[in-house]
Amino acid sequence: MPTDPGARAVLRLRNITKRFGPLTANDAITFDLHEGEVIALLGENGAGKTTLMNILFGHYTADAGDIEVFGHALPPGNPRAALEAGVGMVHQHFTLADNLSVLDNIILGTEPLWRLGTGRAAARARIEQLSRDFGLAVHPDARAGALSVGERQRVEILKALYRDARILILDEPTAVLTPQETDDLFATLRKAVARGLSIIFISHKMHEVLAISSRVLVLRHGKLVGEAATADTDRHQLAHLMVGSEIVAPEVGGAAPGAVLMRLREVSTTPVGNAVGLRSLSLDLRAGQITGLAGVSGNGQAALADLIAGETVPDSGVFEVAGEGVGAWTPRAALDARIGRIPEDRHRTGTISDFTLSENAVLEAYEKEPFSRRGWFDWTAVDRHTRAIIERYDVRCPGPDARIRLLSGGNMQKLILGRALEAEPKIILAVQPVRGLDIGAVTYVQNRLIEARDAGAAVLLISEDLDEILTLADVIHVISEGRLSPAFARGTKTPAELGVWMAGQGFDGEDSHAA
Amino acid sequence: MEILDILISASFWAAAVRIASPLIFATLGELICERAGVLNLGIEGIMVVGAFAGWMAVYSGADLWVGVGVAMAAGMLFGLLHAILSVPFGLSQHVVGLGITLLATASTYFAYRVALPQVTNPPRIEAFKELPIPVLSDIPIVGQALFAQTPLTYLAFVTAAVVAFVLYRTPLGLAVRAVGENPHSVEAQGLSVTALRMGAVVVGSGLMGVGGAFLTMSAFNSFFFEMVNGRGWICIALVVFGAWKPGKALLGALLFAAFDAMQIRLQQTSLGADIPYQIFLMMPYLLSILALVVMSRRAEVPAALMVPFNRGER
Repeated sequence: MPTDPGARAVLRLRNITKRFGPLTANDAITFDLHEGEVIALLGENGAGKTTLMNILFGHYTADAGDIEVFGHALPPGNPRAALEAGVGMVHQHFTLADNLSVLDNIILGTEPLWRLGTGRAAARARIEQLSRDFGLAVHPDARAGALSVGERQRVEILKALYRDARILILDEPTAVLTPQETDDLFATLRKAVARGLSIIFISHKMHEVLAISSRVLVLRHGKLVGEAATADTDRHQLAHLMVGSEIVAPEVGGAAPGAVLMRLREVSTTPVGNAVGLRSLSLDLRAGQITGLAGVSGNGQAALADLIAGETVPDSGVFEVAGEGVGAWTPRAALDARIGRIPEDRHRTGTISDFTLSENAVLEAYEKEPFSRRGWFDWTAVDRHTRAIIERYDVRCPGPDARIRLLSGGNMQKLILGRALEAEPKIILAVQPVRGLDIGAVTYVQNRLIEARDAGAAVLLISEDLDEILTLADVIHVISEGRLSPAFARGTKTPAELGVWMAGQGFDGEDSHAA
Repeated sequence: MEILDILISASFWAAAVRIASPLIFATLGELICERAGVLNLGIEGIMVVGAFAGWMAVYSGADLWVGVGVAMAAGMLFGLLHAILSVPFGLSQHVVGLGITLLATASTYFAYRVALPQVTNPPRIEAFKELPIPVLSDIPIVGQALFAQTPLTYLAFVTAAVVAFVLYRTPLGLAVRAVGENPHSVEAQGLSVTALRMGAVVVGSGLMGVGGAFLTMSAFNSFFFEMVNGRGWICIALVVFGAWKPGKALLGALLFAAFDAMQIRLQQTSLGADIPYQIFLMMPYLLSILALVVMSRRAEVPAALMVPFNRGER
């Protein structure tokens, strides 16, 4: 079985160029994929990785360039042709019909449409065989809508294998997986390579790229800027290529805590559905200090974030902002109290997808001067404001009038960050502010939060990433089942000690007040 | 009790099945469209077109079955217009559908006036006759209700079975169910979202045309403008009632028709003397709304219904 990378090229891309308006997403990209090879396509969000693969698979048509698969030219813009040529794609946003079974999702489109009856029995046997061969455990009769994220991905891979794909494209396959599931995925991919499949693996996670690939291609701003055999390169070099400059880890200087800007005393909220409510929680947010909230997902973080953002009200307890008890607490009141919000889900609650950047940029202040005057919009002011955010926060986009859904996650987050920070908030609520972002964007967002702290804002950083909390937070609380641990100053607790609190131990003593 | 007397009369059940027949055709048509992700509000107008086209063809000397074919073709033509506007152009399905209904109704009016300028009373045609099926039609009540109907009624039941078979037992049906749930799944498997959706709308509209034709060719034997009278809108509700499943939709049509047949009979009882007839007319609709609320609670709506698909969009 030929697996050495020197083998014949199964896929050739030549000068692939794609423009979206003024934005060049892919600029004359050329490379070969060899039999039995795993190429990692590395790059920041918005570097053009997904666009390139969508062109290869026929979702988009390139403005210029040619694709050859196994020596034959691939007609552009035709997923069927790509499938028939042996290209299989595992999309980042899974393409399963939730109302159908796993089996039906896999055989969809593989049989002539006008056949009377489907060959489900034979298909089932084949799927079960493939599941065993590649270690892709999934029940063929399960409804796709009832599957976990990991299982959905396995179905996507099975779809490709069922069609005898020889080239497998995986678009950010690990973004949604737990570390254990990622290991399983890599085991599957190694089995596929051993059978002579060739793989293109899109990622922006360095350690995964180093673990799975034989060759790395780096994309930046739509251009292929580097190529290296994985064995000959390292994290540092790749990171440099990806971002185009040295990456500087955020430097957190000493904090100068000031007055308490927000005070919660014995605050409880009602649980909504299965979500956890707050249980007699006390917390102080001080000016000039980053307060980190660590905890396992679903332990009341959402309840606390909703409360601070004005989306819920406390059932009991004292809730003071700037030394005064809050009156009617609404999102509008939270904004008026100068609370800047970076919501957890930037697609659903952070932005309105089909609105433009400009509209999104003034969502929290559209009715105020200078954006509105006597009830009339001043689009010039809105436009000026948006351009300023784009400029200052390095939002890469076609322009202020583009719909925000066209932006990558990192650029969307920068706009949200700009929207929040330009209002000069006194309290900043940052919920998972860097989740799903690439290195460059992560560093950027974190540095801005530190700057805001140094300028005197009280920052509440809610994150499930303990490393992030340990790096940024001046004081750390752990939340578990709606209860809050005492405040731990920076450097006084090890990750293992915090882990004990995260597992829910240590709360039994009644002394859970913040210092 | 008068209601009980009605319930055990064979003529009541026969009427229910007869009233249900056009609803079955049109509901199945709408169901096919919606399963593919397109809400077809052109249904009301397309039924008017079908009613007129079938009747006109037969009046002009065509065979009855040819008339049914003409009605279907007319329905498909308006369906094609709907499909072009709503699928490749991705326009709002509400606007397109209502527009088609207005256009289809007005075109029919126009065609009627052009074809029959001097007529005050619409001419009658020699319509489909009852065709009792030997042996089966002799079964008490059931026989008269189900097996002594016109061929078009039999066709309605056969169509329901065929639609169910195609949807659940063939690759084509699988693709239609997938395209209404997540068009990206279809695109990623190398099928054409556009072709599947347009095909579903055209075929579904054809069935709506036949549903309309039933009124002129198997029920009233003549054509009036008000004859469709909101039946199309009822079918939209029946699709929801049937949870987008052909079998349940068929039952829903029968249930509605039974209410309708019931109220007609109740009007002629002693109750009818005391209560204004409008109350009776309201009854099937009220009961349908009630049934709809109860039945559609857990119904699974095709997830991509009314969402236009643009290639290459995230």
